[in-house]
Amino acid sequence: MSAVDIRDLRVTFGGVVRAVDGVTLSIERGEVVALIGESGSGKSVTLRSLMRLHPPRATKMEGTIAVEGRDVLAMTPRALADYRGPIVSMIFQEPLLALDPVYTVGEQIMEIILRHEKVSRKEARARALALFERVRIPSPERRLDAYPHEMSGGMRQRAMIALALACRPKVLLADEPTTALDATVQIQILLLLRELQRDLGLSIIFVTHDLGAAVEVADRIAVMYAGRIVEEGTARELIRNPRHPYTIGLLKSRAHGVMEKGTRLDAIPGAPPDLARLPPGCSFAPRCAAAIESCQIEQPPSFVVEGGHRARCFRWKDAPAQLGAQALGAA
Amino acid sequence: MIIGAPAHDPFERDRGGPATPLLTVKGLLKHFPIRGGALGRVQAHVRAVDGVDFEVMKGETLGVVGESGCGKSTTARLLLSLIDPTAGEVFFDGMKVGSPELSLKEFRRQTQMVFQDSYSSLNPRLTIEASIAFAPQVHGVPKREAVARARDLLARVGLDPVRFAGRYPHELSGGQRQRVNIARALALQPRLVLLDEAVSALDKSVEAQVLNLLMDLKDEFGLTYLFISHDLNVVRFISDRVMVMYLGQVAEIGPSDVVFDRACHPYTTALLSSMPSIDPDHRTMEAPLAGDPPNPINPPSGCRFHTRCSFVEQVCSSVQPRLTEAGPQHEAACLMVVPGSGHSKAPVGTGVAA
Repeated sequence: MSAVDIRDLRVTFGGVVRAVDGVTLSIERGEVVALIGESGSGKSVTLRSLMRLHPPRATKMEGTIAVEGRDVLAMTPRALADYRGPIVSMIFQEPLLALDPVYTVGEQIMEIILRHEKVSRKEARARALALFERVRIPSPERRLDAYPHEMSGGMRQRAMIALALACRPKVLLADEPTTALDATVQIQILLLLRELQRDLGLSIIFVTHDLGAAVEVADRIAVMYAGRIVEEGTARELIRNPRHPYTIGLLKSRAHGVMEKGTRLDAIPGAPPDLARLPPGCSFAPRCAAAIESCQIEQPPSFVVEGGHRARCFRWKDAPAQLGAQALGAA
Repeated sequence: MIIGAPAHDPFERDRGGPATPLLTVKGLLKHFPIRGGALGRVQAHVRAVDGVDFEVMKGETLGVVGESGCGKSTTARLLLSLIDPTAGEVFFDGMKVGSPELSLKEFRRQTQMVFQDSYSSLNPRLTIEASIAFAPQVHGVPKREAVARARDLLARVGLDPVRFAGRYPHELSGGQRQRVNIARALALQPRLVLLDEAVSALDKSVEAQVLNLLMDLKDEFGLTYLFISHDLNVVRFISDRVMVMYLGQVAEIGPSDVVFDRACHPYTTALLSSMPSIDPDHRTMEAPLAGDPPNPINPPSGCRFHTRCSFVEQVCSSVQPRLTEAGPQHEAACLMVVPGSGHSKAPVGTGVAA
């Protein structure tokens, strides 16, 4: 049984904005999957759907989400509260907004443990302390009594990871957890996530717009565009042998590796589509140099490239050569 | 008219000749007081920018990198006097800014800035055409001409004036708004443009488009850029020279290729190796630095980096290294570069380190 099994998920806001438009994704136990994409690609919406964090009145969710065999979309509010924490928990981009400013970090961790488990306050505090040591917060005893604003950015992010691990979840959802951090701190947090995943056997879904961060932690990468997964595969397959023109474009437009002065970046032209007015065919077709007539009319299905490597592109066989993707393999 | 050749050829406005730096910064200092207690007395200072000297040559792009709190954005704001410096002088093309020779208003006309947040830096009640035409009117350009210039600039930055001129900022995407901000900065025909994390909030595919646009505009209008960013890949791509800042001071400055390939300062090296590798077969195994950057309120004594440096020796905590020549046009503030500094890796005698 997979840890997470999403089938044909569709999320619509306000009846018109199709933020997620048919996402199917499964994550094995102990696997790290990165969802990458630009703003508005539906990556965070997909992640939040797993915790059912969207406002219920304005959101229409279709399809199925099963986490550890539980049907998430059918849960009652009570079942949902029991599910958030011990089964699935989440870390956010901005810990200062995600943590409560008027309680110490230690109290916030204890509160979660006491809500879900029958333990004494003393035991809960000991657990919180152990968690702080686990995420390598220096002088953990003293830091438990600190308020979020008294900590530095990297330390707060570590505290939030400790908070997320408080009830020993099976699945950890990370929504751009390193985007707001400095470069030297970002790599520390990425390595910490990798270590925790290995030691605790967590399944992690890691949402990011940064391909570099994704490659550092993920076993598999799923690239999202306009609410759909356009390509997925192992990190190696995706970087070395990208098949979807959008993935190829993302890899080529990176300033990284452009060594010669005065060379222009290979930018993807245009802008992502309006989610309230998606084109009938492939959403990327208007920006795609390899698009053919059928791309405008019909939505490409998910083609199997090899094993678990799939691409939603009619031209997955010949587009990479046309777009000059071979040069990327060496990078 | 702007189409064709720029109305004012920037080279015509050149006073000091190509050898005079366009911008010279000397001893720039900004200490923000922290008040507290019942009487609101000054209790400490945030030493945001603590003695920074550098030059920007005509026609070059100087990249400024560093982590949050290193003073890179404060430096940009000090240059334009958006905040008042505690001490320090700024010279523009050999003329002191704020002197009778070059008034602040005239300096600001020739130096424009593009900010990170494309939305909050535009007036939501003005159409983008009006926003772009606003500053030239303040500087005495007749309205009709200012509007015509605004429409030309919109076309230049890739926004069709017929479709976009009458729109409001909220009707544009992030990338389009940043193009408007760039057009607005160019409306006064400046010689120097400060770009403070100007592409950081954009999506990757849009970021590449805007970087290409910036390079084109630089050639077309003969501009000089001061490009501030935390993204080393982007800085390497766009900059001729790079300045690395740490806790309010310059750690290293030099030609972009030299700084990226043969960095002298251990902080620069650590910053570079912190970049994700994007190679699934060679993932980063160990973080090059532990912990966060220290607080600029009480910066470490001696070399500010010594608390996180792997080459630290006793002398580092007491002696503050000065920027020292490490090669042609290449300077680093590290005791390992300063001859005879007392650090075991320092070059002996008075010779220049390689």
